[in-house]
Amino acid sequence: MRYIKEVQNMAAITAHHKKLPKDQMAVNVISYILIGLFALICVIPFYLIIVASFTDEASLIRNGYPLIPTNLSIQSYLLCLKNPVSILKAYGTTIGVTAVGTLFSVFIATMTGYVLSRKDFPWRNKFSFFFFFTTLFNGGLVPWYMLCVRYLHFKNSYIGILLPLMFSVWNMIIAKSFMNGIPSAITESAKIDGANDFVIFMRLILPLSKPLLATLSLFAALAYWNDWYNCMLYITDENMFTLQYYLQRILGSAEAMRIVAEKSGIALPSIPLESMKMAMTVIATGPIVLLYPFVQRYFVKGLTIGAVKG
Amino acid sequence: MKEEVEKKKYKVPFWKTVRKHWMLLAMLAPAVIYVVIFSYIPMTGIVLAFKNYQYSGGIYGSPWNGLDNFKALLVAGKLGQVTRNTLLYNIAFLILGVIFEMGSAILLNELLGKRFKKVAQSFMFLPYFISWVVAGAIMYNIFNYEKGVFNHILALFGAEPFDLYNTTWAWPIVLIFLKIWKQTGYGSVVYLAAITGLDQEMFEAASIDGASVWQRIRYITIPSLMPTMMILVLMGIGNIFRGDFGLFYQTVKSSALLQPVTDVIDTYVFRLLINNSDIGVSAAAGLYQSVLCFLTITVCNKLVKKVDPDYALY
Repeated sequence: MRYIKEVQNMAAITAHHKKLPKDQMAVNVISYILIGLFALICVIPFYLIIVASFTDEASLIRNGYPLIPTNLSIQSYLLCLKNPVSILKAYGTTIGVTAVGTLFSVFIATMTGYVLSRKDFPWRNKFSFFFFFTTLFNGGLVPWYMLCVRYLHFKNSYIGILLPLMFSVWNMIIAKSFMNGIPSAITESAKIDGANDFVIFMRLILPLSKPLLATLSLFAALAYWNDWYNCMLYITDENMFTLQYYLQRILGSAEAMRIVAEKSGIALPSIPLESMKMAMTVIATGPIVLLYPFVQRYFVKGLTIGAVKG
Repeated sequence: MKEEVEKKKYKVPFWKTVRKHWMLLAMLAPAVIYVVIFSYIPMTGIVLAFKNYQYSGGIYGSPWNGLDNFKALLVAGKLGQVTRNTLLYNIAFLILGVIFEMGSAILLNELLGKRFKKVAQSFMFLPYFISWVVAGAIMYNIFNYEKGVFNHILALFGAEPFDLYNTTWAWPIVLIFLKIWKQTGYGSVVYLAAITGLDQEMFEAASIDGASVWQRIRYITIPSLMPTMMILVLMGIGNIFRGDFGLFYQTVKSSALLQPVTDVIDTYVFRLLINNSDIGVSAAAGLYQSVLCFLTITVCNKLVKKVDPDYALY
C-alpha cells in the first residue's frame, strides 16, 4: 500500500512539473470546486451551532441565530456547568456504555468474521447465510420490544442500552471481507506448529488487522455514543439517561426550562434557553468527533465490503 | 451452488466436522446465540400479528383473533400513505445516494492536492458522526421560524420569512437533503476503498496508451465500482420498506400537520406501539413491512442472479 501511495505521489509531482494535460487539469479543477462546495455544506451547520452556543442570549432572542459571531458570551456553557450533576451522569453513562459496548462488539464481529473467512471451515457459507438472513427478514419492532421488556427485563437496566447494539451483521461482513485478504498460509503454518484456532486469531490475525479494528471500533463507538433510541425505549430513570437522550429532552423547551429552574434556582425569564440548547448540542457531540483523526489513516484500508457468499 | 459441490466432494460426516472444528464453532457461539435471541426468536413473535395480546398471556399465551389486527390496520386507513412515503423516500435516498457517494469518491480520487483531499474528506465525514438528535438541533438552528439562520438569509435578500414547520411541500426536499448530507462522507469512503484496492497499474497502462481522464473514469473506475455499488444497492432494496426512524422521528417530531408527507411505516408502527399500546395492530403493521421487504429483496436478487450471478447478494 505504501508503495502505491509513493507511486501516486511521484506521479502527481512529475505531472506538476510536466504541466498537466488539459483534460486532467479540467477534472482536477472540477473536483476542487465540487468537493470543496460539498465539504463546506457539511461543516457550515457545525459552525452555526458553535457560534450560536457562544452567543449572548439577549442577542439571540433579538436577532435570532447568528451567521457571524457577534456578542460573544460563555454564559450558556457556564450554566451547563453550574450544576453539572445530570450532565456528568449522562456523560458517565455514555462513556461507560460506549467503552464496554465497543470492546465486546468489535471482539465478536472480528472473531465471527475470522471463522467465516476460514477456507477450511466447511460450514462457513451456511453460517454466513444464517447471519445474513436476519438482515433480509425480521419480526419487526413489536416482537423484539416485547421480548426485551417482558422476558429479558431491559426496563431501566444498562443491559437494555448495551445489548441491542452489540452485534451487527454489517460489521461482521466488513470483518470477513478484510480477513479474506489475509493469506491463509498464516493460519495453516500456525496450525502445523500446534496453535489452536483461538490463539491464532488473538495472537496472529488481530495484530494484522489494525485497520479493520480501527474502523470497526469507530463504527461501534459511534453507534453507542449516538444512541438515544434504546434509551428512549427502555430507560425511564433520569439518572440512567444517555447523553443523546438527555439532549433530546433538553431540546424540548419545556423540559430544558424545568431542568434549569430546578437545578440552578435562576428565575425563569433570565434563563439563556436558546444558547443553552446549542451549548448542550456541542457538549454532546464534541468528544466523539475528536476520535476521527486517530482512525482516519486506517479508514480506507479497513473498509472493504465483500459479498456474503464465498 | 458452491456448498453442494463441496458436500459432494468430501462427504464428511456431521460429527467429524464438529469434532475437527469445535474451536471454530465455539468462536462462532457468541454471535450465533446473539442472533438466535435477538433475531430468530423475535421472528416467532410475528404470531402476535394474529393474536389479541393480553398482558397475562404474553406473546405465546394470548388468544388468536385471526385477521382482526390486519382488518383494524386497513380500517385505520393510514397504511397506503405510510407505505407510499417510505417507498418514495427510500428510492430517492438510494438513487441520489449512489450518485453522490460514487461521484464524490471518483472526484476525491482525481484530486491531486493531498492536503485539500484530507481536509475535505474529514469535513464530509463530520455529519456521519452526529446522532439524529444533534441533526434535529441543527434543523432547529437553521429552520426555526423566528430565530433560524435560513430566514436570516432570506431577510438579507428582502424575501418573506419561510415557515418550514407549516409547509408540507418542502419536507421531502429537506429530508432528502439531510439524509444525503449525513451519509455521503461515509458512503464515499466505501467506494474510495474499492478504488484504492484496484490495481494501479491498470490506470498507468491506460494513460500510457493515451486514454483521457474521462475515458479512464468511464471505462476503468466506474466499471470496477460496480460490484460495490450492487452490494449497496441490493442492501438498500432489501430495506426499501424500512424508513430511517431517527431521521423522521427527530426532525419532524410529532407534528400532525406534516404527517401526510413525513410519516413512514416505522414511525407509524412506533406510534401504534408506544403511544397507543396497540400491540396486535402494530405487530401486524410490522409483519406487513417485513414481508414486503423480504419479497422485494428475494425477487430483485433472483433477477440480478439471472443477469449476472456475480452481482447477486446471496
